[in-house]
Amino acid sequence: MAAQVPLVSYLVLDGAGPYLSAHVCTACGARSLERRNACPKCGSAAGFDKARLADTGVVTSFTIVQRAAPGVKAPFISATIALDGGGAVTANVVDTEPDPEHVTLGMPVTLTTFVVGTADDGAEAVAFGYAPI
Amino acid sequence: MAGDNVWVLGAHMTKFGRHDDKDVLDLAAIASLAALADGGVTIQDMDVIGAGSLFNAASGIGQQIQKQIGQTGIPVFNVVNACATGATAVRAVYLSIKAGEADMGLAVGVEQMGKMGLLGMGAGGSGKTEYVPSGRDGRVMPTEGLLGTFSMPGVFAQAGMQYLYENDDVDVEHFYKISEKNHAHSTLNPLSQYQKRFSLDEIKAAPMISFPNTMPMCSPNTDGAAAVVLISEERLRSMPKEVQRRAVKISASVLQTDPWVESGAALPDVNTCTRNAAKKAYEIAGVDPQDLDLVELHDCFATAELLHYDNLGLCEPGGAGKFLDEHGPYRDGKIPVNVSGGLESKGHPIAATGVAGVYEITTHLRGEAGDRQIEGAKVGLTHVIGLGSTCGIHILEKASL
Ligand SMILES: [Zn+2]
Repeated sequence: MAAQVPLVSYLVLDGAGPYLSAHVCTACGARSLERRNACPKCGSAAGFDKARLADTGVVTSFTIVQRAAPGVKAPFISATIALDGGGAVTANVVDTEPDPEHVTLGMPVTLTTFVVGTADDGAEAVAFGYAPI
Repeated sequence: MAGDNVWVLGAHMTKFGRHDDKDVLDLAAIASLAALADGGVTIQDMDVIGAGSLFNAASGIGQQIQKQIGQTGIPVFNVVNACATGATAVRAVYLSIKAGEADMGLAVGVEQMGKMGLLGMGAGGSGKTEYVPSGRDGRVMPTEGLLGTFSMPGVFAQAGMQYLYENDDVDVEHFYKISEKNHAHSTLNPLSQYQKRFSLDEIKAAPMISFPNTMPMCSPNTDGAAAVVLISEERLRSMPKEVQRRAVKISASVLQTDPWVESGAALPDVNTCTRNAAKKAYEIAGVDPQDLDLVELHDCFATAELLHYDNLGLCEPGGAGKFLDEHGPYRDGKIPVNVSGGLESKGHPIAATGVAGVYEITTHLRGEAGDRQIEGAKVGLTHVIGLGSTCGIHILEKASL
């Protein structure tokens, strides 16, 4: 099997993956997916722990992009997911039709991954999205 | 004098639309010179300039404008704050006067966008040959379209949909109604880029950009400039009576950014900064939202306008849909919103927009808005959002010295 690299660093593929990993402020518990120098919530620079986020959540907002930038395949569903147990992320909703009959507010979804490209050395880039449960 | 009230002395905006025969400096100079003339003053009277042009942010736009209208050696603040750039330029001048360092200043915003693509649409991904993580999220390739969207039409569509998720008695039909209202309003505004009425059915059937926003529900790309001249109250007292009579008081000038919320990194939060800015502005001005005679708010997309009825306290909490259904934001409603046509029709030359909002309210308070005049308007509010996020609010009042 070809080597796989995550599309973004907060997607963990190895070990118990795939799952999303957050940086958790040791002072206040705020979660960030991206790397931070200090906590955006409380300003503490004491450091971060890592925490696995839930694979499941609900759609709290979405759009169906019909006209995208050059080189971006449309249509696609962009949705913000409130993850069970805390944390929020924006990703595509996949494995369903991109129309307002098939994606709805409050819809429960679960994490899924898929290959989005292959490098010259054969490495595969893996993205995540959410599929309806 | 430090701490003195600040007034709008002069104001002007070019017609918004396409100006292929002019460059960005022509537009800025036209607006600036006309705003100075409108206030009965010249560039020689100015102590400070606040200038913004998002797509010329690194060019020293203020100094370039000086070379068209008068290089008097005064300080220039070149500002950039996304779609709140114009409001930031106004506030930079306001603060200079408030601090007692300037008696008068010029704020100008300008943009020439006619040949650009949809707002916020960067170039897409190209096939990379190796995957090297970069940026704060360690991405190995551009993520637009793979991890949702961060295009403007998409983000503001999602912001609107989030309101539907969190509130009852509101649905996508309300977004179409907002667009219908604003385009209807635009037919009375000769400065608007488009002055064409659309039926609800036409709006729904128009090309879909990013559900639920169709083409007429999105602000177009626009060329245009707007400028205002601000003056201290003390200096205003020495101006001729006919100039004093047309001056409009700035009762509040507020700029706020988005505080941390858990979902803020997933979906930019345009709500909390607006709520915080509005609360502060109402307190400073001693004005209640129900006192407002008109509001110009940031409808860069129809989905955005709905949120701000609630964020600005124009309706009961959660009651944005009801406010619209009860005709509240129409020009003959309780609190007319976007009687200029809003950004959806008037156009959205990014850095000019915030200054143009001040122009629009000023013009109504002076009773000089022609066919679109809100009769007897005494208090107005103008609001902009720069994604990232920044909220700028100015409350203006018709007052006498
Ligand atoms: Zn913290």
